[in-house]
Amino acid sequence: MKKEEYKKIVKKHTPKENRLVNALTSFVMGGLFGILAQAVTDLYRYWFNLTIADATTWMLITFIFLASLLTALGIFDRLVTYFKSALIIPITGFAHSMTSAALDYKSDGMVTGLGANCFKLAGSVILFGIISAFILVIIGVIIYG
Amino acid sequence: MSYLYAFIFVGVLCLIAQVIIDNTTLSFGHVTSMYVVAGAILGFFEIYDKIKSIVGPAASLPIVSFGNLLYQAGLDGYLDKGLLGIFQNLLTTTSAGICSAIIFAFFMALVFKPKD
Repeated sequence: MKKEEYKKIVKKHTPKENRLVNALTSFVMGGLFGILAQAVTDLYRYWFNLTIADATTWMLITFIFLASLLTALGIFDRLVTYFKSALIIPITGFAHSMTSAALDYKSDGMVTGLGANCFKLAGSVILFGIISAFILVIIGVIIYG
Repeated sequence: MSYLYAFIFVGVLCLIAQVIIDNTTLSFGHVTSMYVVAGAILGFFEIYDKIKSIVGPAASLPIVSFGNLLYQAGLDGYLDKGLLGIFQNLLTTTSAGICSAIIFAFFMALVFKPKD
């Protein structure tokens, strides 16, 4: 069998995901997440008399905690198959990548396993964030003085 | 009204991410990294603060906000102390997110066993 033919057969039998359904799911679920974030922040402001900035930070910490807990319980990955990118693009994805890496490499030891691999996936977010922010500040300084 | 804007803003960001993932070979890791850089660029053009004033607290939820916060903190540091200020200030506003993620990840890893 030629390579081309083989590829065709593989393509034919790969289960097709419905891209439209995926996109709509992530839109609706992501949107609901946004509303939830807003509602939680409003509740914190109302209950604890916090400023918007402090209530927002508490909301983020709450979401990070829940994402970590669900990851540790093994539920998060199952939820991602239903909610798609709606769970990855919010801060929950960042917390999930960190907790799952920490859990997966725990067996290799505290330092060489958990410590060294904790940032495996979250590292790129932090690195590219810092580099781009640094470069843009420098560019802004050069342009605007 | 801000609830509607929150729905649309976070929803559209997730939609774009899903379309990229379904139609290219890029992974979630690529997309989140791209989003952070996009956030810094939106901050640079002072767009993200405007979005934040319209959308409200939900604008801090997507990872895009991370890039914006980093840029704003770097800029504040520069205005305060010059070049040294960038290095001293860059991680200040994102500290809550990074530290809570590290702390929860560590203790969850201590307490729980990996599934599968």
